[in-house]
Amino acid sequence: MTDNPDNKRRDFLQLSTISIGAVGTAAFIWPFLKSMSPAEDTLALGTTEVDVSSIEEGQSVTVKWRGKPVFIRKRTKDEIDEAKTVNIADLKDPEEDINRVKKDEWLVLVGVCTHLGCVPLGQKLTDSKGEYNGWYCPCHGSHYDTSGRIRKGPAPENLAVPPYSFLNDTTIKIG
Amino acid sequence: MSGNSEPKKYKNPVLNWIEFRLPIISYFQKEYGEYPMPKNCNYFWSFGALATITLITMIVSGIFLAMNYTPHTEMAFDSVERIMRDVNYGWLLRYIHSNGASFFFIIVFIHIVRAMYYGSYKFPRELNWILGVFIFLLMMATSFLGYTLPWGQMSYWGATVITNLFSAIPIVGEGLKTWLLGDYTVGNATLNRFFALHYVLPFVIFGVVGLHVAAVHVHGSNNPAGIDIRSKNDTVNFFPYMLIKDTIAVCVFGVLISAVIFFGPNLMAEVDNYIPADPLVTPAHIVPNWYLAPFYAILRAVPDKLGGVLLMFGAIAILFVLPWLDTSKVRSCNFRPMYKWFMMLFFVNFFVLGYVGMLPAEGLYLLIARIGLIYYFGFFIVITPLIGWIEKPKELPLSISDVYLGGGKEAPVPVSEKEIH
Repeated sequence: MTDNPDNKRRDFLQLSTISIGAVGTAAFIWPFLKSMSPAEDTLALGTTEVDVSSIEEGQSVTVKWRGKPVFIRKRTKDEIDEAKTVNIADLKDPEEDINRVKKDEWLVLVGVCTHLGCVPLGQKLTDSKGEYNGWYCPCHGSHYDTSGRIRKGPAPENLAVPPYSFLNDTTIKIG
Repeated sequence: MSGNSEPKKYKNPVLNWIEFRLPIISYFQKEYGEYPMPKNCNYFWSFGALATITLITMIVSGIFLAMNYTPHTEMAFDSVERIMRDVNYGWLLRYIHSNGASFFFIIVFIHIVRAMYYGSYKFPRELNWILGVFIFLLMMATSFLGYTLPWGQMSYWGATVITNLFSAIPIVGEGLKTWLLGDYTVGNATLNRFFALHYVLPFVIFGVVGLHVAAVHVHGSNNPAGIDIRSKNDTVNFFPYMLIKDTIAVCVFGVLISAVIFFGPNLMAEVDNYIPADPLVTPAHIVPNWYLAPFYAILRAVPDKLGGVLLMFGAIAILFVLPWLDTSKVRSCNFRPMYKWFMMLFFVNFFVLGYVGMLPAEGLYLLIARIGLIYYFGFFIVITPLIGWIEKPKELPLSISDVYLGGGKEAPVPVSEKEIH
């Protein structure tokens, strides 16, 4: 095969044809696959601004961000202390409370259980808050504490903290 | 697995395992590997492959468009605009799909012209031709349904005009129309069912295409000389010769369709369809898609509602019986000195019908449409049977390989002679 220069030429032609065909096919497929990812108008809804001036201490509100519930809780002094005094070594997903909040009284969480995506209870005053006074997921029994950390149950991780910032003292921009 | 009893045809054991249970490997090897193609086939014979590839492209782009389309009268137009502006590469998908439809018809028209000019519809390929006309009918239905979906002015009024054709049928017409629309006028029920049918019909087409291809593989492909394959010398294997040839055709086609998609995506579109549908205002001039225009011209050329509808559908229906209208034993027009020119005129006439079908039905255009209509039917009913009797065909080559040698002339070989296979 290799001795004849004509064979080398043919090999080259064959390989280059197949390569260019493969690149062309991939380039053709890409727009089709890309069309399935979020469209521009969907991405434009990627940030939500919330006025939190009317939330009293100990109250929570739920807002929608990228189609998901986001919990905004103005924590009481007790809840903050409770969150800060936990022995980090005991946690399933160890994380300091200080790393989960920007201001101690304001806790902002994505309200989606990290187990299988249900929305945990605990937002309403009448809801069960679970054994750790935070949130309780009724689907498979995960308990979250006052910092939204997983304490008991099948969920593997703490409730996620979305990217957010304080535009001023009473307005939070999520996303 | 009792490996010892299984035949070992291939080196790859997985292929053997499949082959023993489902002989699909040898089927593809026979039909797409060793399949003998007449070696004198020109590029006209690539249009079947082009049509298949276009059909697949249409189905794939259609599925991805459907992921972002909303079949509701209030939202359809906006969802198409969202595809154009917000969905990633949505504009590309839509332009591939809309121009793909136009190119699909260009390809299929050339494919039909090929079959007519070289007499591919004659014995023993009549059923193949019938399946082909059936595919053509399904394509027209599918494209009409699809044109309704963007819910622009042309969509709405095109759907209104075409569905009103059914009201021409005596007694049951009005009831039939209302049943088809699911409403007293083209409405949300109509749009929903049109979307459902537009989604499913291409898969039906795909199935009929399978039969169409299987049927042509039974007796083998026709060729420009229109004579049967006599020996191995007359053919080349499909792989690699025809595959490479078809690949070149696909590349050229890709360049052409890309040029239109990227530089003139609305060349074959009607601007009025960028105005949202308004049931209270009809556009001043309703135009069908260009590929339906020849038949639309026939519809308008007849000064009678029922007569126009009958002739329009008759123009397609008459294609089904072409194999029995043609009385000549010679397939290829290359060897039919008289019929060749009538055939050419038929193609020109079809083009002219399409042209006047896009123009207002008045004055000279109407006259041209009527002359075109007479030639269209006259060609099938009078010219084709008559020429077969009176024409003296040129001498056919003895075999396909003789076409290249240039010698060995002999009296015409009857096409009905059984092929050597």
